[in-house]
Amino acid sequence: MNTRQEADILNRSDVRKKRLEAKIRYLKDSYILWRKNRLMVIGTFIILFLILVAAFAPLLTTHDPYDQILPERLFPPSPANYFGTDSLGRDIFSRVVYGARVTLAIAFLVAFISTPLGMVIGVTAGWFGGAVDEILMRLSDVFLAFPRLILAIAFAAALGPGVENAIVAIAVANWPSYARLTRAETLSVRNNDYIQVIRTMGASNLRIMVGHITPMCLSSVIVRMSLDMGTIILTAAGLGFLGLGAQPPTPEWGLMVSDGRQFLVDQWWVSTLPGLAILIVVMGFNLMGDGIRDILDPHQRQH
Amino acid sequence: MPQYLIRRLGTLTITLIGIMMITFFISLVVPLDPLAAIAGPQAPQETVERLRILYGFDQPIYIQFARYIKRLAHGDLGTSFQTGRPVLEDIIHFFPATIELATLALIVAILVGIPLGVLSAVYRNSPIDHFSRVLSLIGVSVPVFWLGLVLLLIFYFKLGWFPEPGRLDIMLMEPKRITGALLIDSVIARDWEVFWDAVKHMFLPATVLGLFGLAGIARIVRSSMLDVLSQEYIKTARIKGLNEFLVLTRHALRNALVPAVTIIGLTYGGLLEGSVLTETIFSWPGLGRYLAKAFLTLDLNAVVGGTMLVALIFSVVNLIVDLSYAFLNPQITYTTER
Repeated sequence: MNTRQEADILNRSDVRKKRLEAKIRYLKDSYILWRKNRLMVIGTFIILFLILVAAFAPLLTTHDPYDQILPERLFPPSPANYFGTDSLGRDIFSRVVYGARVTLAIAFLVAFISTPLGMVIGVTAGWFGGAVDEILMRLSDVFLAFPRLILAIAFAAALGPGVENAIVAIAVANWPSYARLTRAETLSVRNNDYIQVIRTMGASNLRIMVGHITPMCLSSVIVRMSLDMGTIILTAAGLGFLGLGAQPPTPEWGLMVSDGRQFLVDQWWVSTLPGLAILIVVMGFNLMGDGIRDILDPHQRQH
Repeated sequence: MPQYLIRRLGTLTITLIGIMMITFFISLVVPLDPLAAIAGPQAPQETVERLRILYGFDQPIYIQFARYIKRLAHGDLGTSFQTGRPVLEDIIHFFPATIELATLALIVAILVGIPLGVLSAVYRNSPIDHFSRVLSLIGVSVPVFWLGLVLLLIFYFKLGWFPEPGRLDIMLMEPKRITGALLIDSVIARDWEVFWDAVKHMFLPATVLGLFGLAGIARIVRSSMLDVLSQEYIKTARIKGLNEFLVLTRHALRNALVPAVTIIGLTYGGLLEGSVLTETIFSWPGLGRYLAKAFLTLDLNAVVGGTMLVALIFSVVNLIVDLSYAFLNPQITYTTER
């Protein structure tokens, strides 16, 4: 009895140390893989840049993004207005900088609403199986039957325009793919021996689902999420462009592109520069998403 | 296979009912009171009440839903506020223009995307591979509405290489409407002037839509081609002295194309949604622009009808993709799903 307890204590501190070492090694390997992937490094820097711009927007801007100086309408890019001014005399550079906040907020809120929702539904369907599975999956089929943008537009139109409603609308269109993914992962682990052991030890359904199955789904969900970020931003910008997302005077990039449409020929900068910001940011997210997929792929780690 | 088909058709039916429920739900949450819109802002309370009973808005939700389904079964999608015509008629009128554009874009995407993906895999890490990957990256990252505007700015306003937005020059007469697709109708009418003008008008929007499709196709073909090329039977084919072109086309590409089929199906759905933005930019008189206008003006019947139709097409395309996938790859059997 006594010796067994001692062994236990030894084991535990040992295990803890080993676990920490393994974690550090994993992070180190990830870092090496990250550095080797030049495109992902570029993507990461674009996103870091975006986050910094959003965080320090007031320090970077030269003007108030909402300040209308009507005599200075439609000025071309110059040292005073780096990206020129729009039809209401607002400084486009400052608006693009503040737009980074709007874009980031939309992308992350959509991800934080739709991902957990999809995971809960997916794990529940996969774990309980049977009728629960059938109902939840048919439900997700229905949502998947609509092209995402169309569904988001329909919900945005029904809920009324505005950033908040656009976020809800995109999240509604977005969750089923996560539900599908986590269900598949759940099915692949649910019959593993260790789950059976925990079950015989008397763990509740909830405990197994939250503590033992969800963590197994995380890496594929993270991959999907990072690959989805670009699409979310494009959808939000599309909604803004159509007039169903952010409303004036919000400095949202898609809305800004749409504002500049009528001045396209003679004042090209009003439309094109905010659009370029969308392109660069989405590209950054796509590069990073591809990289994350490669890094989390166990096959990559073998060499 | 027949069993799988039956099961798949069963789930499709359930999906269709679900689609109707969602579109019905959308029409319920709209904050705008449809009665106020019909009766006008100054209508007395009694009139509104009478209308409420007339249109059945006083009934419980499930009865309203049942009526809605019944109407749909008769092909009645209601009347559009925008055009004052039945929505079904509008859809039939606007749909061919969208299909024509999306199909052309898909053809462009396939004709450019597949060779590009193959070249990219065969000459891995060469300049052509880099070019193809950058193009794919831009294709998935660029906002279509922005690309459309930029192309219009450069090729229409500045260089004048392509005609103004729209489907046909205003000076030209549309040929007799047979299929609704201008390219086909003009060929039937042997009106080559119209045909050529329609091609020119279609070039930019088809490029914008096509780039999006091309990106996905080139990516998938590249990666599946890389997979296939590293397999033993390709080595065998090379060792036995087959010429490289035959190895690539007959042996490698055939297998590499199976995953491409899936992506092509998905792309078609993507093109339908891309058409909402592209048609808005290029003043293309298709379903996408009709829908975008309907969404903006809360033309409820048009919103519901159009959304439902798009979902219907998307589901059927998905079914075809799944079936062709099973057909192309005999390793996949769908006898039991799990």
